[in-house]
Amino acid sequence: MIGGVAWSTVGDLLLRHLYLAGVPLLVGLLISLPLGWLATRYRWLAPPMIAGTGLLYTIPSLALFILLPLLLGTRVLDDANVLVAMTLYSVALLTRTVADGLGSVPGATRQAATAMGYGELRRTLVVDLPLAVPVITAGLRVAAVSNVSIVSVAALIGVSQLGQLFTEGFNRNDMGPIVVGIAACVALALVLDAGIALLSRVLTPWLRAGVAR
Amino acid sequence: MISLTWQWLVDPATWTGPGGIVAQSITHLRISVVALLLAALVAVPVGLFIGHTGRGRWLAINLAGAFRAIPSLGVLFVATLLLLPRLSGNLAFELPVVLVLVLLAVPPVLSGTYAGVEAVDPAARDAARGVGMTEAQILWQVEFPAALPLLISGLRSAMLQIIATATIAAIVGIGGLGRYLIDGQASRQYEVMAGGAIVVALLALLVDLVMAGVQRVVVSPGLVVAKEH
Repeated sequence: MIGGVAWSTVGDLLLRHLYLAGVPLLVGLLISLPLGWLATRYRWLAPPMIAGTGLLYTIPSLALFILLPLLLGTRVLDDANVLVAMTLYSVALLTRTVADGLGSVPGATRQAATAMGYGELRRTLVVDLPLAVPVITAGLRVAAVSNVSIVSVAALIGVSQLGQLFTEGFNRNDMGPIVVGIAACVALALVLDAGIALLSRVLTPWLRAGVAR
Repeated sequence: MISLTWQWLVDPATWTGPGGIVAQSITHLRISVVALLLAALVAVPVGLFIGHTGRGRWLAINLAGAFRAIPSLGVLFVATLLLLPRLSGNLAFELPVVLVLVLLAVPPVLSGTYAGVEAVDPAARDAARGVGMTEAQILWQVEFPAALPLLISGLRSAMLQIIATATIAAIVGIGGLGRYLIDGQASRQYEVMAGGAIVVALLALLVDLVMAGVQRVVVSPGLVVAKEH
């Protein structure tokens, strides 16, 4: 027991929270990669695309959770609403990041790859994308941390995750579960943040090559 | 579902009266604007100081990141449980909420202000010093206007967060458009929840558009031209 909550309950809610925040982050990244690429490849597409995805971000989370059943035909309590909403928020943040990352690749590097006979698709995947990793992972860290925070709001529509501890504590006028919930949320956010930072380090060994020597 | 929501939205009774959409929008806006102004009152001077002197940069960089990890719903409940028994009247519900909204809004405004000042072209700062401006003149006549685009971006993202969190705050009993989302849930009237959600999304969009318009008007045209070239 911690703060009047069983450890196993905290563990279960933590896993649910990870699922609701993490899966949309990965799906959002997979959607943002081609969108961000389009925005760098065709420059005229960038302003409307970034404005469009930015618009998604103006919708308050609780409103989006409630409106999605209307559009998807799901029930209010379904996980799908939260998963889709979080994916939309992730895409809103990451499309811009991917475009910035791909845009940060030096022109000389790209020309060298083309001169070596790389086609456009191969160059994008083997040269541009790895070089964009530091910028993309920086955006991923922001998205991961804010996803964890936003998912907790779904407790208000009855989708269980760590936010449930907030509403339970508040209804019982008991600070214990609320504090446990906040601590677990922050811990989850920090672990995801550190995990992505570590992944970024592993994926970009050339950034440390100078230091190692 | 869609037709029920539409009927609710076009019913004049939904819009008028003390609990109507017009009154709740005004309450929502009042709380949001007060929170934004209070946050700006704290964050803009501190951000200008950090940007101008370069002192306390770690604060500006780390504060925004650390605050993002804290779930606002949890903090809202903590503030309400702590403060509600110690206050009375209408203030008892609104004060804890405004406090949390200000806390949430400070980091984005602070980092926007600081980043804006830091992004000022060093040549412009040197030129200002060269023509004999005092530090205060440099700050107010050169750095502040040049920092406005990023400063207002910070205010805009802070305002979006405030409006979203003020919606959630209906759960602790304050007025505003969040009432429809929370009360509709309690009375199992999906059309009220969905209608309220549409209105609050439109309000957020409208406020962001107005702030974008203000940004256009107050940012010096010289800065816009410089960015385009």
